[in-house]
Amino acid sequence: MIIFRLLYQTVVLALGQIWANKFRALLTTLGIIIGVAAVVTVVAATGGLEKFVLKEFASVGANKVWIFPRMPPKQRDRYSWRQLRITPKEADGMLDRCPSLSRLTPVLEMSTSGQVGDIYKPVVGVQAVRPAWHDIEERSVLQGRQISSIDDEQRSPVCIINDKAIAEFQLDTNCVGQTMLLGGRAFKIVGVVETKTVSPMFGGDEARSEIFIPFGTGLSQRPEPRMYIIAQTKSPELHEDAKAEVGFYLRRARGLKPDEPDTFGVEAIEQIISGFKKVAAGLSVFLAGIVAISLLVGGIGIMNIMLVSVSERTREIGLRKAVGAKPAIILLQFLVEAVTLCLLGGAIGLLIGYSAVIAMKFSASLSGATVPMWAIGLSVGFSAGTGLLFGMFPAIKAARLDPIEALRHE
Amino acid sequence: MSHQSSSLNGDTHRASAAPARESDAGAGRTNPTGKPVIRIRGLTKVYRIGTEKVHALRGIDLDVMRNEYVAIMGASGSGKSTLMNILGCLDRATKGAYELNGKPTHKMGATSLAKVRNEEIGFVFQSFELLPRLNAIENVAMPLLYSPRYWWGATRRAKQTLQRVGLGDRMKHRPNQLSGGQRQRVAIARALVGTPSILLADEPTGNLDSKTSEEIIELFRQLHAEGQTIIIVTHEEDIAGYAGRIVRLRDGMIVSDHPTSEDPIHQAYLQRAAETAATLAHHSPTTPAVDATAPAAVIAAAEEMP
Repeated sequence: MIIFRLLYQTVVLALGQIWANKFRALLTTLGIIIGVAAVVTVVAATGGLEKFVLKEFASVGANKVWIFPRMPPKQRDRYSWRQLRITPKEADGMLDRCPSLSRLTPVLEMSTSGQVGDIYKPVVGVQAVRPAWHDIEERSVLQGRQISSIDDEQRSPVCIINDKAIAEFQLDTNCVGQTMLLGGRAFKIVGVVETKTVSPMFGGDEARSEIFIPFGTGLSQRPEPRMYIIAQTKSPELHEDAKAEVGFYLRRARGLKPDEPDTFGVEAIEQIISGFKKVAAGLSVFLAGIVAISLLVGGIGIMNIMLVSVSERTREIGLRKAVGAKPAIILLQFLVEAVTLCLLGGAIGLLIGYSAVIAMKFSASLSGATVPMWAIGLSVGFSAGTGLLFGMFPAIKAARLDPIEALRHE
Repeated sequence: MSHQSSSLNGDTHRASAAPARESDAGAGRTNPTGKPVIRIRGLTKVYRIGTEKVHALRGIDLDVMRNEYVAIMGASGSGKSTLMNILGCLDRATKGAYELNGKPTHKMGATSLAKVRNEEIGFVFQSFELLPRLNAIENVAMPLLYSPRYWWGATRRAKQTLQRVGLGDRMKHRPNQLSGGQRQRVAIARALVGTPSILLADEPTGNLDSKTSEEIIELFRQLHAEGQTIIIVTHEEDIAGYAGRIVRLRDGMIVSDHPTSEDPIHQAYLQRAAETAATLAHHSPTTPAVDATAPAAVIAAAEEMP
């Protein structure tokens, strides 16, 4: 109780002192103001950017794994692309051997000519996929039906297209049941799949025209296809397990010796995310360095001004001691003044930072920017800590003054 | 002056309900009795200036009873300021004992001494030492900030004390809005606000003109009449004449310690003043009779004579 009363009076005293030297106090705390404002702004901006990027990644699918042929680095002469290519057999056996994967589809990309009625396009992209593709890519049909496993097994000449392709070939909106020539073969359009816009971050500009056929059908046209596999893990955390399982499975399937490098690549979206998180964490460390420097500079400013304050008020200190202020109380008075000064600076910095963050929210990619509680706590804590640390020396100097000497001071 | 006297009387009346220390003092108002407030034995103070030792005090023995009014006199360098600083617990003796109200201050550390200064001592400085940013009430209440006794009602207590010194109408004024005499009254109120055992005044009229000095001395006289123990350092016989006892220092030693009425130097001074007054009356009969109790005025008048 007594200590609270004392602190209250000391804070009032310190505020009065600061108010009496408003301009000087402002200049003194500038270092801390800038430091705190910078921290708050950049932390919020990084947070906003991270949220944005993660959201973009999530739109691609956080639990996706890509498996593709890859030439081992520096050993280009040892393998031919033919040796590296992923075979349908490898794709078929993978799901049984890799328990972390829930589903997968091989993707065979090819380009042929396309024709509907009078409209002829010499080059159209066609992807041959299995029915699981609909689930992995989260793309359902708007009309008609999905590619089924019967289509796949029977190598049916069917296709599904998106609205861009409908526009390109000037088809009716209700085009299910119509026929399309792909590479001279007639394919029946059985469904219209919804178009998914991919984030510009991954090169997906405007939605493109897409045509999908069953994998079996595609394989019948390309007996030695170049293909890759898109798989889905049972949960996003399993990507490391999935990577290991796929690696083990493919090395065995390809008969690679222990000293031979992988002839394939496995990439998970989670991996990219954690890579990005590492960058963000590195940025935070960098920020912490900036904060430390600005607070050091700010702290030296505080120490300087407190030393000035002590020497200016030597007579006052002498008088206060003469009427019975204990050394500890004088110490407390100057410490509280330094801490109050720093906290005021921190509060102003926080205010400026907040304003910057509010302004930042008008930008689309930073709309998720918020000031996290820990940043506020850190700012306040560091401000107070700076006040304590750098106010200590002047405060001790004041507390040790001899009352008679101090009263004689001019 | 009249409103001040009435407020003082009012306060004297109120003092009967005040703490025991004050009513004790009231009982021995004219005749100091009981245990000494101040008991000093063999006090020495040695300063070291470079390699040289300066003996400011060389063995002082002094007792001051409750409700005494003591003037400490001496030329500059006699050690009177050093003695005052030690009496006020602002400084510590090199050797010797100083007991204040039975408490051995010579054994105390900085923190305990601060407590003693806060609770037992009221100090009045020659140059007032008011804080310019604070108004009269805040200046007076300042010592209470450091005392657990008056944390509540410090402002009320400060106002009462300001009324007691006759500044009831100047409470919100800052030092620069007050005259020298008023500033010294604020300083005296600040010294009194914690009901100290002793009031110490170091040349309290040193920065004031003679008329204002008289008012301040009158205030001290009334405070003494109310039971306050007062020790005043001065080099003016005139000011010392109001005290009940004069202690004279020279070269760090007490050379005389007498009641004012028996102090040979002071009596000689009064006699000289009276003679001057008589001569003055003889030379110009038209001059109104000069009050012999105001020797300084008499001597000043004599110096103005052709």
